[in-house]
Amino acid sequence: MFEAFDAIVLARAQFAFTVSFHFIFPSFSIGLASYLAVLEGLWLWTGRQIYLDLFKYWLKIFALAFGMGVVSGIVMAYQFGTNWAAFSDKAGPVIGPLMAYEVLTAFFLEAGFLGVMLFGMNRVGRTLHFVATLAVAVGTFISAFWILSANSWMQTPAGFAMNAGGQFVPVDWLAVIFNPSFPYRLVHTVFGAYLTTALVVGAVGAWHLLRAKSDKGGANDGARVMFSMAMGMITVVAPLQIFAGDQHGLNTLEHQPVKVMAMEGHFHSYPDGAPLILFGWPDAAAAKTLYAVEIPKASSLILKHSLDAPLKGLDSVDRKEWPPVAIVFWAFRIMVGMGMLMLALAAFSLLARVKHRLYDWPLLHRFALAMGPAGFVAVIAGWVTTEVGRQPYTVHGLLRTADSASRLDAPAVAASLLAFIVVYFIVFGAGVFYILKLMSHPPHRGELGPNRGEPVRAAGITPSPAVAEKIATGGEA
Amino acid sequence: MPFTLDLPVFFAFIIAFAIYAYVVMDGFDLGIGILFPMIPAGRERDSAMNSIAPVWDGNETWLVLGGGGLLAAFPLAYGVIFSALYAPIITMLLALVFRGVAFEFRWRDPAHRAYWDVAFNLGSVVATLAQGITLGALLQGIAVQDRGYAGGWFDWLTPFSLLVGVSLVFGYGLLGATWLIMKSEGSLQERCYRLAFRLGIAVILAMAAVSAWTPFLRDAYWLRWFAWPQVLFTAQVPLLVVIASATFFVSLRRQHHYTPFLMTLALFTLGLAGLGISLYPYVVPPVISIWDAAAPHVSLMFMLPGVLVMVPIILAYTAYSYWVFRGKTGHEGYH
Ligand code: HDD
Ligand code: HEM
Ligand code: HEM
Repeated sequence: MFEAFDAIVLARAQFAFTVSFHFIFPSFSIGLASYLAVLEGLWLWTGRQIYLDLFKYWLKIFALAFGMGVVSGIVMAYQFGTNWAAFSDKAGPVIGPLMAYEVLTAFFLEAGFLGVMLFGMNRVGRTLHFVATLAVAVGTFISAFWILSANSWMQTPAGFAMNAGGQFVPVDWLAVIFNPSFPYRLVHTVFGAYLTTALVVGAVGAWHLLRAKSDKGGANDGARVMFSMAMGMITVVAPLQIFAGDQHGLNTLEHQPVKVMAMEGHFHSYPDGAPLILFGWPDAAAAKTLYAVEIPKASSLILKHSLDAPLKGLDSVDRKEWPPVAIVFWAFRIMVGMGMLMLALAAFSLLARVKHRLYDWPLLHRFALAMGPAGFVAVIAGWVTTEVGRQPYTVHGLLRTADSASRLDAPAVAASLLAFIVVYFIVFGAGVFYILKLMSHPPHRGELGPNRGEPVRAAGITPSPAVAEKIATGGEA
Repeated sequence: MPFTLDLPVFFAFIIAFAIYAYVVMDGFDLGIGILFPMIPAGRERDSAMNSIAPVWDGNETWLVLGGGGLLAAFPLAYGVIFSALYAPIITMLLALVFRGVAFEFRWRDPAHRAYWDVAFNLGSVVATLAQGITLGALLQGIAVQDRGYAGGWFDWLTPFSLLVGVSLVFGYGLLGATWLIMKSEGSLQERCYRLAFRLGIAVILAMAAVSAWTPFLRDAYWLRWFAWPQVLFTAQVPLLVVIASATFFVSLRRQHHYTPFLMTLALFTLGLAGLGISLYPYVVPPVISIWDAAAPHVSLMFMLPGVLVMVPIILAYTAYSYWVFRGKTGHEGYH
């Protein structure tokens, strides 16, 4: 018995580790794919070289990030079977088809056009190349749609019945896919990905603006354009994201009230107006939040839109239903804190834009540089809030985590967890290093793509159209 | 009597197809990884790498379809198989991580290219071995009780599963060599003709050994292959193997560009057909059949239109991307 418990904790740690690592890459590549599509579109539309340069600059970074997203994702697709066999057997009939649709409609689309997008510019011509870029961008979005639907179903299950074997059997697919938390989660996560990308692009722009200043070389056009685009994106999306998060929270209160109690650190029920605890240390054993700094009645105002509305606390449910309160409480605060900092950056950059000082306000550039990783932090913190807050269930209220696992042996899981940690740190550490190295060079005119600029030979049976054209006109393709 | 489609059978074929597509497509790019030590660093390696750079991601997606499809259509089998084969599966995944990133990293870091080449090679060999062992362990049967795996942690490790593992390494190596014959010229191509000859012999011996051993694993397999009148049908498989092998060696000698690869594909197709004959209708031999493991009818019905519409579209644009990068690659390539 004791051993089984150990194995489950290890299996959870392994899942949490691998999925968090995986999600770092999609949260960046979803946004970057769209950004690349915009850049290429602008280039085709205006014919300005600078957009092509920026496109090629970010394309190299995209190739690395996407590759790491793919390999870490393949691991995820098999972990449900290796570690969560009972869950797969019971919930597979519902979430399996959703994930199968993800493969059929998204992964193949991304993978099929990725090669053309990365290496095919000279082979297929501009328009078809743009189509490939769009296909990849749309693919990342479709992928988010299905996987978030599956995850949301585990949070707020709907549209199913149970059969004699204890399996969840879908009854109404539309209700399964568009389960109550899905629309909120989709919007909030996709905005999160856009913010993450914009913050990275903005930080790279800011870095080169700062450096150009000290080099006295004058600011690089590419750096200016990317900085301006990124700040514009943040200015629009950061407020939207905070609004979406608020709506998401209200929805969670309706469907998973215990999670919200943990997020708020409310161990007690408040019959006449609950305080908003800003900081504190939730002590689950003592069932109270220590050292709390609180605003009286503000929580009731946010969650119920009334100062005196009663709000239930964790004392209203059995302890066996509690998630790990401190983790949920703190992860939530980290995410919201990052959101507030993003809002501050948005406001600052708007001010600079109005004053025409967007490119020569070092304080702004330093702030933007420091905020580079903020999106990743917020996104992971958000997932931790969501997933740990769902504990002790895998399918909320219906299937306990303890009943979801494979028949595991603690030493085997411990060994594989260790292997994952070692391999991921080596491989993804190197990848992040190469990405940073690429970012440390400013974009320049005539930027080379991932094909390293070497001539592409038309060695096919017949030369591809773009190359034929190039030969015929002697011009640049 | 109205025509009814037996959905579990249909999905069993779809998943078998995904696995087949995976094996032949990722097979040649894993194969190139396996052959890396035999290809000198520099131009030849670069052009070998360039010949797969635009397509490897799509190739690996078939693995995701195989795994994801199994979860969707046969959730019980998915859970049982992957928890029973925990060690080889996790090993395969980690090896795929290594070789997957090496594609990009080796270009980004010329100073450490030699290390990433080793990672690419070892990753490819280990992933292939693990896949073969998985297959061998599955064929030999998995202990099941109460819808869960009931065996030990090392049940997968047997002489038979190791034999299948090693055979697959030869098989993918051959796919890789013949793919390169098709995509390269000059010294690399000549080298691949020589490699393909030796690997061809190894593959045929390995196929013979595995085929001779399989019927002895379980009586059920024996009956499948040798009971009258099925034997009239099953005997075609070895016959076709002989024809394909002969054609293969003749085409090597005559230095054809495409035929060696096509004949290797034929050998793989026959191998899979043989596997199908042994296993059907079990997904987890000896007890779980495809009907036992199938997801409820509603789940399969929901996926049916998706499969019928999307698989042809996927095949179309996969073909398109192979077409875009057709022809000989050259070492400066499009990477
Ligand atoms: C909100 C988006 C999102 C979320 C929550 C997840 N993923 Fe992911 N995943 C993507 C968004 C994404 C993506 C943007 O579509 C990726 C990133 C890079 C890529 O190639 O596609 C991807 C890649 C990717 C791949 C490789 C696809 C290929 O071969 O091309 C697999 C198998 C998975 N994922 C599976 C999973 C599983 C099982 C998850 C949950 C446990 C998961 N992903 C969470
Ligand atoms: C990329 C986004 C995701 C992140 C960052 C994430 C994060 C986490 C974390 C941190 C845990 C551990 C919770 C704990 O042990 O207390 C967890 C568990 C789990 N998550 Fe998610 N998750 C993500 C997406 C998904 C999706 C899309 C699914 C399902 C389709 C899913 C299914 C599960 C399951 C089955 C567990 C294991 C049981 C458990 O410990 O809760 N997750 N996840
Ligand atoms: C400051 C305002 C924000 C609020 C009020 C907010 C609110 C929430 C809430 C309530 C949840 C959990 C929902 C549940 O588990 O049911 C959540 C999850 C999440 N948050 Fe936020 N959030 C904010 C900012 C951000 C920012 C800035 C990002 C990223 C850039 C972000 C990314 C995420 C992600 C990825 C999740 C997990 C997926 C999901 O459940 O949607 N959040 N957020």
